[in-house]
Amino acid sequence: MNALEFILAGMLAAATPFLLAALGELVVERAGVLNLGVEGLMAFGAVLAFIVVYHGGGHLLSFVAAGLGSAVLSLVFALVALGFRANQVATGLAIGILGQGLSALFGKTYESLTVKGLPKLALPWLSEIPLAGRLFTQDIVVWLSLAATLAIWVMFAYTKVGLVVRATGENPKAAHAIGYSVTAIRFAAVAFGGTMAGFAGAYAAVVYTPLWADGMIAGRGWIAIALVVFGTWLTGRIFLGACLFGAVSLMGLAAQATGLDVPSQVLASLPYLVTIIVLGIISADRRLLKLNGIASLGEPFER
Amino acid sequence: MSAFSAPFLPTLVRRERASLAATLLAPPVALAVATVLNLGLYLLIGRDPVAVVYAMLFEPFLSWASFSEVLLKTGPLLLIAQGLAIGFRAKVFNIGAEGQFILGAIFASAIPIWFPQATGQWIWPMMLLLGVLGGALWASITAFWRVRLNANEILVSLMLSLVAAQLLNYLLLGPWKDPNGFNFPQSVMFQYDAMVPVLIAGTRVNVSLLLTLALSIAAWLVMQKSFLGYKLQVGGLAPRAAGYAGFNEGWAIWLSLLIGGGAAGLAGAAEVAGPIGQLQRSISTGYGYAAIIVAYLGGLHPIGIIASALFMAALYIGGDNAMVSANLPIAAVRVFQGSLLLAYLIAIAFVRYRLEWHRPIYRSKP
Repeated sequence: MNALEFILAGMLAAATPFLLAALGELVVERAGVLNLGVEGLMAFGAVLAFIVVYHGGGHLLSFVAAGLGSAVLSLVFALVALGFRANQVATGLAIGILGQGLSALFGKTYESLTVKGLPKLALPWLSEIPLAGRLFTQDIVVWLSLAATLAIWVMFAYTKVGLVVRATGENPKAAHAIGYSVTAIRFAAVAFGGTMAGFAGAYAAVVYTPLWADGMIAGRGWIAIALVVFGTWLTGRIFLGACLFGAVSLMGLAAQATGLDVPSQVLASLPYLVTIIVLGIISADRRLLKLNGIASLGEPFER
Repeated sequence: MSAFSAPFLPTLVRRERASLAATLLAPPVALAVATVLNLGLYLLIGRDPVAVVYAMLFEPFLSWASFSEVLLKTGPLLLIAQGLAIGFRAKVFNIGAEGQFILGAIFASAIPIWFPQATGQWIWPMMLLLGVLGGALWASITAFWRVRLNANEILVSLMLSLVAAQLLNYLLLGPWKDPNGFNFPQSVMFQYDAMVPVLIAGTRVNVSLLLTLALSIAAWLVMQKSFLGYKLQVGGLAPRAAGYAGFNEGWAIWLSLLIGGGAAGLAGAAEVAGPIGQLQRSISTGYGYAAIIVAYLGGLHPIGIIASALFMAALYIGGDNAMVSANLPIAAVRVFQGSLLLAYLIAIAFVRYRLEWHRPIYRSKP
């Protein structure tokens, strides 16, 4: 398998944790809330999922546990940041630290243990195409994530729920005036974001690299938040961004396989460096961010 | 979807004026709430809560030996938090102090690693200066990205911290590894003159603590008493007003980040030139992140931060104690830090708001 085939085959799986977490954060930010605790929410979901699978609970139950657990933790964020109108940046950081701490605490006795991942499912016909066919042999979670991407795109583009969420983020006063509860909608959006971050952590811990190591999320939650900005709050672009980061995180392995003599630390920093560079390029176009940015992002709502 | 109303829930009502009592009570109340919550957690994971609380919250203050260790840890936390708080007040969220700390340590280590035979009293002050430079340079990347490229400083500074950790790894596994170090990822031990002089005989507390306290007072003077501090605060509280008054936003961002980065870099330099005495992987145990909590817990006020840094340092030492005596995983310290900040953020809501239970009011439509 050459490097290109390797990247094509693994890109979608590597992209899935980014994609799931970023889709969740997209809904949260579209509702006008900035939750910076994604890294901690992912870490918390990851440890819960790993514990469930390790004790024989199976993958389905592990995703349920991770989704629920991270949703509960994200509701703590909602209580503090929305209920008590605290600074959303500080609250998000606190949730991040708390989630990572809980993850390390619960995961301590599982350090370097492994579990079994999920089998890959090949789509008939499509997976037989030379080269590009590699894209079509993936595990079930990848397929479901693609379906979720489509569903969220449809929700924002065509449904009333999507419109209400967007209105809440763009003009909370107006949404309130016509009878929607801004606080309730934002709570729901945050819980959704928490659930998705939990799924993302679960995928990382029990499917993608089914081995427990403290700090295994390794900045992916932060990159997911950056992805929402890269994607200028648009579902399709966020999907493309997630694929880019999936490919970038595989490039390290691909480079090592081809015998390229680059220090492993450079390869490990590649996703972070790419984040910094892309963030600079996209943000430099102030008009782009102004057009697509969320008007009330991070601001507490007061009647 | 219909209108959502919850008559059984209290609502937050804005106070006429900020409550001084709530401001002063917030930290102790938050500490009490966080302690109770974490006690529940310790019970849940099967540890003796009494032993944990004794080891974590009391033992650090009960002997001079352990209190001097608390003072030693207070240094870096206090220094970083003072720098960050200046930025936070100007609404510049530099959360990459961890990376700026690491770069400060790397820059400072360059002298003893490249010139291990050098002697003279100029070495340690030079190292501290290089530390400031290293931290400020690393932070200036974030400043450039924010001011010139309009990029979010939270994400850029955090990403740079992750890069800094890899850079440190690279140096310690490659060019800066001690050749006689049995392949451990650490540098040579620094020479005597590369160490900051000890302040209190018999302890590891060194002169950098005095420097830190002096800088805290300077931070207080600048932020509370000077026009410069006023401009920064107006920029944070009312960006539009600051714009109309002709205060330059880009300038405030550069200044905030350079101060924050320089302070974190100085802290990193003081660690390698102080208690650690070499460059190694574990130069920081999350000081850069803990300092964010210290800054908020101290109310972003230079004097409050002195108290919160002292407390957070005691929590670190107490966490180590509890690990030994009550078999508590060290991650419990991070859990405590996170829950403490959350409790504090709720508690300070009562400075500006009060809770009111509304009776449902029935009105006919006009």
